[in-house]
Amino acid sequence: MEALAALVAALTLQAGWNASLVALGAGMLGLAAGGAGAFLFLRKRALVSDAASHATLPGVAAAFLVMVAFGGDGRFLPGLMLGSAISAGLGLALVAWITRATRLAEDAAIGAVLSVSFGLGIVLLTVIQIVPAGKAAGLEGFLLGSTAGMLQSEAVTIAVAGAIAAALVFALRRPMTLVAFDPEHAEATGVGVWRTDLAMMGVALLVTVVGLKIVGLVLIVALLIIPPVAARFWTDRVSTLALLATAFGGVAGYVGAAISSIEARLPTGPIIVLAAFAIFAVSFLVSPRRGVLAALLRRRRLEARVHLRQGLLALARGEAVYDRLTLRLLLARGWIRRDGAMTEAGRAAAAAAALDEARWSLARRLLPEAGVAERYDGLTPIGESLTPDQIARIDRGLARPEALA
Amino acid sequence: MIEEILSPEFVMISLPPMLVGLLACLACALPGNFLLLRRQALIGDAISHVALPGIVLAFLLTGTVAAWPMLLGAGAAALVAVALIEAVRRLGRIESGAAMGVVFTALFAAGVLLLERSDASSVHLDVQHALYGNLESLIWFDAMGWGSLLDPAALATLPEAAPRLAVVLVAIALLTRLFWKELALTTFDPAHASAIGLPTGLIGAGLAAATAVAAVAAFDAVGSIIVIAMFVCPPAAARLMTDRLGRQVAWSLVFAAISAIGGYVLAGYGPGWFGRPDAVSAAGMIAVVAGAILAAACLAGPRRRRAGATAA
Amino acid sequence: MRLLESFAARSPLSQALPASARPPLAQGPERGAGATPAPDAAADAPLCVRGLTVAYGGKPAVFGVDATLPAGSMTAIVGPNGAGKSTFLKGALGVIPRVAGEATVFGKPFARARHRVAYVPQRASVDWDFPALAEDVVMMGLYPRMGLFRLPGRRHRETARACLARVGMEAFAERQIGQLSGGQQQRVFLARALAQDADLYLLDEPFAGVDAATETVLVSVLQSLRDAGRTVACVHHDLSTVAAYFDRVLLLNGARIAEGPVAETFTEANLQAAYGGRLATAGLAAPGAIPATPAGSPPAPPPGAAAR
Repeated sequence: MEALAALVAALTLQAGWNASLVALGAGMLGLAAGGAGAFLFLRKRALVSDAASHATLPGVAAAFLVMVAFGGDGRFLPGLMLGSAISAGLGLALVAWITRATRLAEDAAIGAVLSVSFGLGIVLLTVIQIVPAGKAAGLEGFLLGSTAGMLQSEAVTIAVAGAIAAALVFALRRPMTLVAFDPEHAEATGVGVWRTDLAMMGVALLVTVVGLKIVGLVLIVALLIIPPVAARFWTDRVSTLALLATAFGGVAGYVGAAISSIEARLPTGPIIVLAAFAIFAVSFLVSPRRGVLAALLRRRRLEARVHLRQGLLALARGEAVYDRLTLRLLLARGWIRRDGAMTEAGRAAAAAAALDEARWSLARRLLPEAGVAERYDGLTPIGESLTPDQIARIDRGLARPEALA
Repeated sequence: MIEEILSPEFVMISLPPMLVGLLACLACALPGNFLLLRRQALIGDAISHVALPGIVLAFLLTGTVAAWPMLLGAGAAALVAVALIEAVRRLGRIESGAAMGVVFTALFAAGVLLLERSDASSVHLDVQHALYGNLESLIWFDAMGWGSLLDPAALATLPEAAPRLAVVLVAIALLTRLFWKELALTTFDPAHASAIGLPTGLIGAGLAAATAVAAVAAFDAVGSIIVIAMFVCPPAAARLMTDRLGRQVAWSLVFAAISAIGGYVLAGYGPGWFGRPDAVSAAGMIAVVAGAILAAACLAGPRRRRAGATAA
Repeated sequence: MRLLESFAARSPLSQALPASARPPLAQGPERGAGATPAPDAAADAPLCVRGLTVAYGGKPAVFGVDATLPAGSMTAIVGPNGAGKSTFLKGALGVIPRVAGEATVFGKPFARARHRVAYVPQRASVDWDFPALAEDVVMMGLYPRMGLFRLPGRRHRETARACLARVGMEAFAERQIGQLSGGQQQRVFLARALAQDADLYLLDEPFAGVDAATETVLVSVLQSLRDAGRTVACVHHDLSTVAAYFDRVLLLNGARIAEGPVAETFTEANLQAAYGGRLATAGLAAPGAIPATPAGSPPAPPPGAAAR
């Protein structure tokens, strides 16, 4: 109960100034990440951002060294963010260059840039350990994010940068939707694909950089990927998907940060990621459109229809049915008895199926212009596809087959 | 330099991490070749991330930090992750990169949370260790010099990561050799492979399992960063050197070995050349050397460009 | 519904049903076991498909198809785009899962007769950037007969070279597969099928996007296979060459429209049924097709003239 009260307090921004700022910042960050991620996802670039986020590490370390070398405070957050943005941008450029200039595929380029720049970052971190001022740099906090003990100025920086990222996504939503939906059309209407892609990567970069302090560079990619994937289960429309992904990201960021503020041992980054994953898991299972349960049901229904239909047609020809599933389905409908003989209802159903099949077959010859061939799927009753007049014409043909020959 | 290599200190302090690093790099680069050709280079990334929750769970279940339970836990987590990625990809009809991103980040987050909620952090199990290993801490205390390599009693005290990785490397090399044809065919033309009756799904799962074993065995000693770098960089550089599969694999092993040895030497002795007594992270430096080799291959590899005539 | 009653009254109703509406799920187990002689000779034909149904995403792409390829024949599998021609082949071979139906190869389930089948998928399905030379690809055709754990040796390389020579590609044996032109790649894949030394050759769109010289080579190699008693079937797009290249036709459009010798089956009526109104509007006139009313329409050109 106490935890619940604390959660309610955190969710309603009653848990202290810093915690509220962090929650708001994480919410903004989530909004921006979901929105930018939606476009990355639609352009099939989801994991490119993973290369970018790992490539921030050498930038952070280098920025620290540079600031210390000039006698400043190595932990000055905006400086670290600038450094990380530069090296992440370099990392993205490298991924693009490797894919363009060599035969290596994008996944290899991502893996290479990700691991090598991360390795370089680790090397630089150990260099910082050597430098006198670096002993207590605490830059490891950027690996997994840490909001505990955050300075108020840092919280403000994050909230502001998160708001800027969210605003950018909002401002860019139209060109990004156009490009994601149909790049060629977008190019033709004057929305530069290249420019938009660049802007999109820029927003993703901003999200990554802002997210470093909250979520950490290892997990920030989750905020860009999971919300759009979850949204994909609910809609087929680009604009709805972007909207949903933005909302999912915002909810995950805000709720995750609020939950983690309840207690010290609830690390912010992982909690936010797991909140996003919970949204995904629910979508994956129960979405009526693409969810797993719905798909399973549809598959079962189709199988039943196919087997029933083929079973009926076999019965209509007076052939015995051996397929177990078919027998079970026919029995369940009361169309055959346990000994395999047709019931009265079964005879009627078999005749109806045979007639339907015969009509379809003749329709293909008699009414080529009606696109019969495309509509036939072996399951749909002909009455749902053709008009009564057309069926009457077919039936006249069926009644006098010799007249057709 | 020669004098240094001949000294007992070298055998005691430098040889074990070099040997472990070398074995780890070779064990990862070998399956990495097929992952690269299957456009699954990032599976190694995913697997090495999900090793963390596996290790933490193994610790929570057994209460010890012994190597084998942790290896088993990490291996199990890797297989669960691969199965989950396949499930999201097929059942949810989500592009494989995105499916991977969903699964491995969520599992890694769960691992970090578990670690934070348990007492594991007090027993030398932490995220930094998981990310960049502790290559430098591998010391062969009983080594008296190069002669110890012939002394069974001294050999028995080699850091246990070395024999473990040697076993893993031999097993992976043997499996690669035995199923060479099947690996090549299912990678090149899966439709034909399944038409002639090869169990393509099983072979894919076997490759994923070998990847997981390599990642997990190497990860404990050298951290996930080398693992990811070795799955991708040496095979990618090797692909740019030749148009034949056998030669590509050979090149990748050479590159992996150069990265391992070169990276360790640069990290351990490099700062000394600049008059500094300290060393930098060997794991990080090995990844950097692998990256440098890949960069060179990208700029000058004889087969770096895509074939001019592509399919219509 | 007088018609319905008449359908119910007649039993069995098979005479009233066109061939395409006969998906006999009712495969007696005795057919496979051979306890009772099969009613038709189709049972141990090179390929015998019964009631094949394959669905993509909840909609059947191929529905209740029956087909039989007799030994020593060369069959064109023809139908409009999206008619399920490739799906039919993949479903028959079990490369993709079936919703219903079954297929036998030389009287056995496909899994037990794989070594007698060479399947050439559409070219798009392989990785052109793979580090393999043309001869390496052809050697892959020898894998099933090499046994587990063996690596290809000099003898296998020589066999592969001989197969490449049969399709006129010996000069390109050491080219990386992606560096070949589309037609050359298709020849390499036919060479791989030759290396399999199969009795049944199934090819998915072998002539798509290849040059005229390659088409000639492919056809003559396939016809020589047929003349040697092997069985060949190709998914085929170009109606104008059906009569010149093939001796049998399987017309598909989701369901089977017609199947049989070209002379009887490749008729305008059947094509109309398969292609619907699109045949005329798309200008897809089929010179090889037998007109519905031979007396009233211009005579079909001789088969030879149809080849481009």
